Amino acid sequence: MRPAGPVRSPNGARSEDSGSTGRVPGLLRALLGALIGALIASAVLIELAAPALAAQPPSHSMPSQPAPPEQPGLPVSGTLRNVDGTLLVGVRVQALAASGQQVAATVSSTSGQWELTVPTPGQYTFRIDRQSLPRGVTVLQGEVVRDVEPGTLSLVVFRFGAQRAGLPTSTSAAALRVLVDGIRFGLVIAITGIGLSLIFGTTGLTNFAHGELVTIGAVLAWTLNVTFGLQLIWATVLAIAGGGALGAATDLAIWRPMRRRRAGLVAQLVISIGLALALRYVVLIYFGGRSESFADYTDQVERNYGFISITDKDLATIVISLAVLVGVALLLQRTRIGKAMRAVSDNRDLAAASGIDVERVVLFVWILAGALAALGGVLFGLSELGGTVQYEMGFSLLLLMFAGVILGGLGTAYGALVGCLIVGMLVEVSAQIIPVDLKYLGGLGVLIVILVIRPQGLLGSRARIG
Amino acid sequence: MIDIPSLLANGIAALVGPSTIFFALLAIGLNIHFGYTGLLNFGQIGFALVGGYGMGIAVLYFGLPLWLGVLVGMVAGVVLALLLGIPTLRLRADYLAIVTIAAAEILRLITRSTSMTDFSGGTQGLTGYGGSFRQLSPFDNGRFYDFFGVRFLGQDLWSICVGWTVVGLSLILVFLLVRSPWGRVLKAIREDEDAVRSLGKNVFVYKMQALVLGGVFGAVGGIVFALATQSLTPDFYSPPQTFFAYAALIIGGAGRVFGPVIGSMIFWFVLSITDNFLRQATAGSNPLISFIDNQDVGAIRFVLVGVALAVLMMFRPQGIFGKRSEVLLDAR
Repeated sequence: MRPAGPVRSPNGARSEDSGSTGRVPGLLRALLGALIGALIASAVLIELAAPALAAQPPSHSMPSQPAPPEQPGLPVSGTLRNVDGTLLVGVRVQALAASGQQVAATVSSTSGQWELTVPTPGQYTFRIDRQSLPRGVTVLQGEVVRDVEPGTLSLVVFRFGAQRAGLPTSTSAAALRVLVDGIRFGLVIAITGIGLSLIFGTTGLTNFAHGELVTIGAVLAWTLNVTFGLQLIWATVLAIAGGGALGAATDLAIWRPMRRRRAGLVAQLVISIGLALALRYVVLIYFGGRSESFADYTDQVERNYGFISITDKDLATIVISLAVLVGVALLLQRTRIGKAMRAVSDNRDLAAASGIDVERVVLFVWILAGALAALGGVLFGLSELGGTVQYEMGFSLLLLMFAGVILGGLGTAYGALVGCLIVGMLVEVSAQIIPVDLKYLGGLGVLIVILVIRPQGLLGSRARIG
Repeated sequence: MIDIPSLLANGIAALVGPSTIFFALLAIGLNIHFGYTGLLNFGQIGFALVGGYGMGIAVLYFGLPLWLGVLVGMVAGVVLALLLGIPTLRLRADYLAIVTIAAAEILRLITRSTSMTDFSGGTQGLTGYGGSFRQLSPFDNGRFYDFFGVRFLGQDLWSICVGWTVVGLSLILVFLLVRSPWGRVLKAIREDEDAVRSLGKNVFVYKMQALVLGGVFGAVGGIVFALATQSLTPDFYSPPQTFFAYAALIIGGAGRVFGPVIGSMIFWFVLSITDNFLRQATAGSNPLISFIDNQDVGAIRFVLVGVALAVLMMFRPQGIFGKRSEVLLDAR
């Protein structure tokens, strides 16, 4: 249980002066308007689908650990909580030694907590007695094998709820499912990757801290959602604003002074790594090392649409991502600032000579990238990590972003979109073939393959690769 | 209260300990890459992984003797360097950075995968490959040896002696190489690749040789550390370790022969002392510093390293001993 301490980084004081230095607020408002519009549209979608879920109590709190008992033996404990968040009382939990012999048993208390003592360190199987479960509660994982060691906190978690129903059995349906999963994941990578690509295009910086923008966006949304009880959609909207502010803050506080001092790109790259390291562990200190769940949309059943069954949150992820990506494309294609961004990306000096305020454009790129990263973080957690947030999520996504962005062509916005979609698809397809804990390998492997075959990427220009 | 003698003793133990040796070797490799040739290798920990695991798997899975295992580990470093270098060395500097960090992460994911448990031990890792290394020890492995209040267990003293011998030999090798004509070509590549090319040198081959050499130093670092700790765990080989090695290199001074070793010593001395200080200051019922949770100390030192790396690169990229004009700051 972490105290709702001060969230320092995202809305730091530096973000205040982003309004006074440029004429950005109007544009920012326009962009946020578009994002919020898309979110509200999908909010209605989710709201219609799952009216009862919002009332769910936060399930992130862990049982407070009692002081180690004086008697010999090692305490093992946990809390029994059904999928809908209700505490399960009077359920029997057994501990079995490796030989299969029962060494301890207990019954969960009124707060759903249970604790038992095993005699010696070693491997035990913890099992729920299904007979003692209340009517209607089903067990997903009722047996946990665990090494109990002295001096460490032994928490055992059992999972309740029904197996996901309605899995398609025919091969064409399974293929369609992989396709949809791939598109969903690819869109999430694309949302975050476009910002990375735009930053590279306009400033030349390979921003290794981009993953942390993703994590901080998700953690911000989680804090607003769980600690302050804001509905996740509004929490996400605020997190997007916070992500934009954080992007602006890093540009104004670090990158603009570095550019002004004509710092080299390698120096900037190393600085972004230092920044990533510091930010990641600041998040760890604030947020903790565990996966924490959002309060909303944690459990959804798949809805059958005839040809495919999909959960509402996955569908919403696809719809929101598509809407936002179309919005970004229109922004780049139609608006003055979008054209300016492309111009700076093509040739910075020429753009500056033709009267474009390059620093203002770069600042806007950072705001856009930060906002997109925050949105991507929430969608990534919601759709890919089973509705949870963890402090390392951004880094694992960062490498896939790089893979997608390089595949499409570093510095091109549309290339990033195509590349990220392919990487997402590859990850989901390869998960069908290779073990699931290796599923990111396909996405990273393509990075090396594309550099051998076509280093400029699918849509990149040859001049850029040196 | 703060126990200053124990603080210092721990600091001095860290000054020469296995971690310092490990990061010194990683940083010596990075010095060849980044300091002399201007290659951005952000996956040095991957080289350490293939070194350590190459040795461990050769001994445990294929039943080879340990000395052959050490050789296998070094060859694994060469192979990894070739695999990474062929696609990326013709491209701009940051492509190598991205590919190396991705490769290191791929290697970590593979070694920790449960499907690889028989081969690489999965998340549990490997133990029991280095017994014959400990048997070679001239010290009494179970005894404590006391040096002016700093105590080392016999088995650690043995790995420390071997480790520093390896570091010393590596430094001699680097010293001779960078003063050779070959070394001058490397520095020239760092300064102006096109100029070197116009002199008829094959830049790609030189870069590849540098990548292989530095990678082997990384692999040797992994081997020495795996012998010192007698265990290989996949999650030790995570990307931040490479950044630690960069921090050590930049503190000491990139492009200087002794830079990585001195940087690594300073890095671990300071880290050990701040770590111990924070742990002591936040422990107990009435801690000296009450606003930091004792459990967060481990994370705080990562934050400090990150900030130190960024600030050093901003204001003093040459570190303590380096020459600013000799540090690669801009990509081509």
